[in-house]
Amino acid sequence: MRISYPVAPGDFSNAGKVSSTIKSLLKQLNISAKDVKRMVVAIYEAEVNMVAHSYGGQIVCTLEADKAIVEAIDTGPGIPDLDLAMTEGWSTATPEVREMGFGAGMGLPNIKKHTDDLAIETGKDRPTHINMLFRLEGATDGS
Amino acid sequence: MTLRTVVEIVNGKVMCGEEQLDREVKMGFASDLMSDVLTLLADDILLITGLSNNQAIRTAEMSDIQQILFVRNKVPTKTMIDLAKAQGITVIVTAYSMFKSSGLLFANGLEPIY
Repeated sequence: MRISYPVAPGDFSNAGKVSSTIKSLLKQLNISAKDVKRMVVAIYEAEVNMVAHSYGGQIVCTLEADKAIVEAIDTGPGIPDLDLAMTEGWSTATPEVREMGFGAGMGLPNIKKHTDDLAIETGKDRPTHINMLFRLEGATDGS
Repeated sequence: MTLRTVVEIVNGKVMCGEEQLDREVKMGFASDLMSDVLTLLADDILLITGLSNNQAIRTAEMSDIQQILFVRNKVPTKTMIDLAKAQGITVIVTAYSMFKSSGLLFANGLEPIY
């Protein structure tokens, strides 16, 4: 199953809508509560990042029996220094983003913490493609 | 403690989710930084925050947090209440500060995460 959801740039009031939709879907698929939580937390961080920093893009979920791949693909402007962006506490967030409760430089490190594998392709003036892999423990706990 | 007790301790007002006031909550976490809340592995905690916007509700939703206490009379908007209702999240508002609310709840047995 492969589903794509568009994410609009700068639409702060709706940030989280895509993650919410994906969470409902994952719960319906009987994925364990533990896996659903770590997936949606990572997806939500990626969605907030996309709203806050990008020109917009999409979140694409590919769901298989034992794993899920979630891609956050935007159209730019890219991350000039990925090592810096992966450093906890480093942020380029605007005051508006900070008012939302984000922008503390914890997004990408937190995504890494919640994924089994994380690959990021980016660069200055380039699109950013975040590839998150989640190995699923199976539908043991649908509650 | 039950959410009903939480409401009593902080002299709070329940904005939605009254039907869940008998629910037990063991731990609390106070923060205005949603990124910090999203790092927590524990769920089913009481989120104590002064950040009154959609992202507070969304963060609770993603973190499987079923109850939020807004401090300093940060009354949630209708959109926030609608979001919370849709997720079955109980929303409580208190006039007390984050410091006072946390102190009283801690003193009455609500446990910290860290």
